[in-house]
Amino acid sequence: MQFFFEVLIAGLLSGVMYALVALGFVLIFKASGVFNFAQGAMVFFAALTTVGLKEEFGLSLWLAIPITMVVMVLLGIATERIVLRPLVNQHDITLFMATIGLTFFLEGLAQLIWGSNVRRLDLGIQDVPIEFVMDKTGMLISQFDVIAAIICAILVAALAILFNKTKVGRALRAVADDHQAALSVGIPLQHVWAIVWAVAGFVALVAGLLWGSRNGVQFALTFVALKALPVLILGGFTSVPGAIVGGLIIGASEKLAEVYIGPYVGGGIEGWFPYVLALVFLLVRPEGLFGEKIIRRI
Amino acid sequence: MKLKFAKAMIVSAVAAATALTGALASAQEQFIPILSYRVGLYASGGSGFFGGAIDYFNLVNANGGINGVKISWEECETEYNATRGVECYERLKKKGGGASLVEPLGTGIAYGILDRLPTDKVPMTTLGYGRSDAANGQVFPYVFPLITSYWNQAAGMIKYLGDKEGGIEKLKGKKIVHLYHDSAYGKEPFPVLEAYEKSIGFQLIKIPVPHPGTEQNSQWLQIRQANPDYVILWGWGVMNAVAIKTAARVGFPREKMLGVWWAGSEEDTIPAGDAAKGYTTMTFNTPGNYPVIDEIRKKVYGAGKGNLSDKDRIGSVYHMRGVTAAMLWIEGIRNAQNKYGKGKVMTGEQIRWGLENINVDEKRQRELGALNMFPTIKTSCQDHEGSGAVKVQVWDGKAWKAVTPNWVTGDRAMVQKMVAESSAKYAAEKKITPACLPG
Repeated sequence: MQFFFEVLIAGLLSGVMYALVALGFVLIFKASGVFNFAQGAMVFFAALTTVGLKEEFGLSLWLAIPITMVVMVLLGIATERIVLRPLVNQHDITLFMATIGLTFFLEGLAQLIWGSNVRRLDLGIQDVPIEFVMDKTGMLISQFDVIAAIICAILVAALAILFNKTKVGRALRAVADDHQAALSVGIPLQHVWAIVWAVAGFVALVAGLLWGSRNGVQFALTFVALKALPVLILGGFTSVPGAIVGGLIIGASEKLAEVYIGPYVGGGIEGWFPYVLALVFLLVRPEGLFGEKIIRRI
Repeated sequence: MKLKFAKAMIVSAVAAATALTGALASAQEQFIPILSYRVGLYASGGSGFFGGAIDYFNLVNANGGINGVKISWEECETEYNATRGVECYERLKKKGGGASLVEPLGTGIAYGILDRLPTDKVPMTTLGYGRSDAANGQVFPYVFPLITSYWNQAAGMIKYLGDKEGGIEKLKGKKIVHLYHDSAYGKEPFPVLEAYEKSIGFQLIKIPVPHPGTEQNSQWLQIRQANPDYVILWGWGVMNAVAIKTAARVGFPREKMLGVWWAGSEEDTIPAGDAAKGYTTMTFNTPGNYPVIDEIRKKVYGAGKGNLSDKDRIGSVYHMRGVTAAMLWIEGIRNAQNKYGKGKVMTGEQIRWGLENINVDEKRQRELGALNMFPTIKTSCQDHEGSGAVKVQVWDGKAWKAVTPNWVTGDRAMVQKMVAESSAKYAAEKKITPACLPG
């Protein structure tokens, strides 16, 4: 039973890391209806820029992070200006295609500026079992994962405040509900989009720092986006809490499936199992657990 | 579309910049296509390996070429993608008077062009990867898995673990986990490991890791539960650093991990930080510095022609592998010239013969400034591998150090038997009559 709980907790903590990436998708989709395919590339770009600034310019990590934050905000604003603004009122699929282009651009740009070397990112958080838990329960729970979960919780709380308690948040929600109605009451659509892309850039930076510290800063960071997709299907594309709950469910279920079902089918199932789970959810609840139910008049 | 175009521009710019140093082939130059990958998931390994090869070409050219024949090359970016790799091969195979040889550094690309090689008469080297049974030159006359193959590596691994226990028979009753990249690459050593499991009597537990391997909590929790004596890590790319870090997370000693050589570079250990200390892997290069590397520093980088932007990577694992590969290619071309005419540009067919008659003993290694940098190698029609020897290295936190002072070979007879059986099966499938090609 102890082993079961160990797997479960490890899965839940991994799920938090997936949710962190999923949050970036949710933010942009919520405010603009755009599925931002470039979120994984943004995670990679942010992490590589931080380490690049640190290693190439000899900056301290704590100076490199705010500079990267500024870079990500500028990148968000530039994306709105150069990529999205010319495409206002175009089909969703057009905007989606634009983000695919953005993905390749960011991947190429990051490697062009900083090179393709694998780099180490040390945030000073030890990725070792917490001794207290180990002594008391015999379970190995990673200190890094627990801290990452706390950071994620803080981020979600901050986003909740931004969305629900601020003027900007109200504007974001208004734009999310109806672009044209928001415009008609004087909400500047472009500003709102720029803000939301900048916030998504910030979320990508946090995800990039944590994933980069865990796995090294390398091109594979772009792949973490693949882990976020089933989370989004499950949690809903428009819900911040949905991203978290979806992440937890996906993380826990993929680990349990790998450990308890995997050995009977040759193993290696955690790559596709979350997608199967997400597909099952799609059949039952197409809008996801927390997504907005869309009712259309026929 | 504009942005997609931007990516193509970046890739082209990188390729063009590096191709500049190679210049285009003229009639008196020996042309070698370089199917490299400098962007994408495996770019760090690709840039090191192909950077090392190009550095060696520049050194050869700086020293007057091969009996006066200079090397020319052109890069084509494959991004480690099989389709793109095949396209690159097709694009470059007839350039510069015809490709001398090809080295894709990727199993997918190697498989993609394997059947085209005899028709195109272009030899292909696959240093430390690809089909292990291609060592049989009677069935695969144009394929050269030089130095060592996966099967010999797996045999070397068991030999080393046996030596650690005080004799290979002492592995009886032990548990060995084979943690592998869930692909054909990860499954390649199965026949050897299973044969040893049967003959020695240890328990082999196979645990796959789905590509790309960014998450391995469940695999390592399974390993912790199984409590094995050793873990063989047969990983690639990000999977390696994640495996090392996750091993630390579940408290598995890194000293009991033994990685494949594609899990044994600075790119695998540096991102893992302190967790990688004590981690061991196989290698076919002895880590350290060599006169040839110093010469590259002096003559190539000193002249501003070095291929690596980061000079700290000179002599790193991937760079040294690239230098080794290029050194063996040049030896093959030199052999061909000795037979077919010194100072002449050789055809692919002639170079195939040259590669089939490589003999780099310690004397020749010394002349090349690479004594003990790689095992001595002597190829023949029956043995396109030429060595089968490996070493074990350990990461001390800052650099790789050799653990085994001498080269290690596993059960060569067993591996050769497996090569013969597997290649015979391939020959039957493809209706090939095994034979040595005339020189």
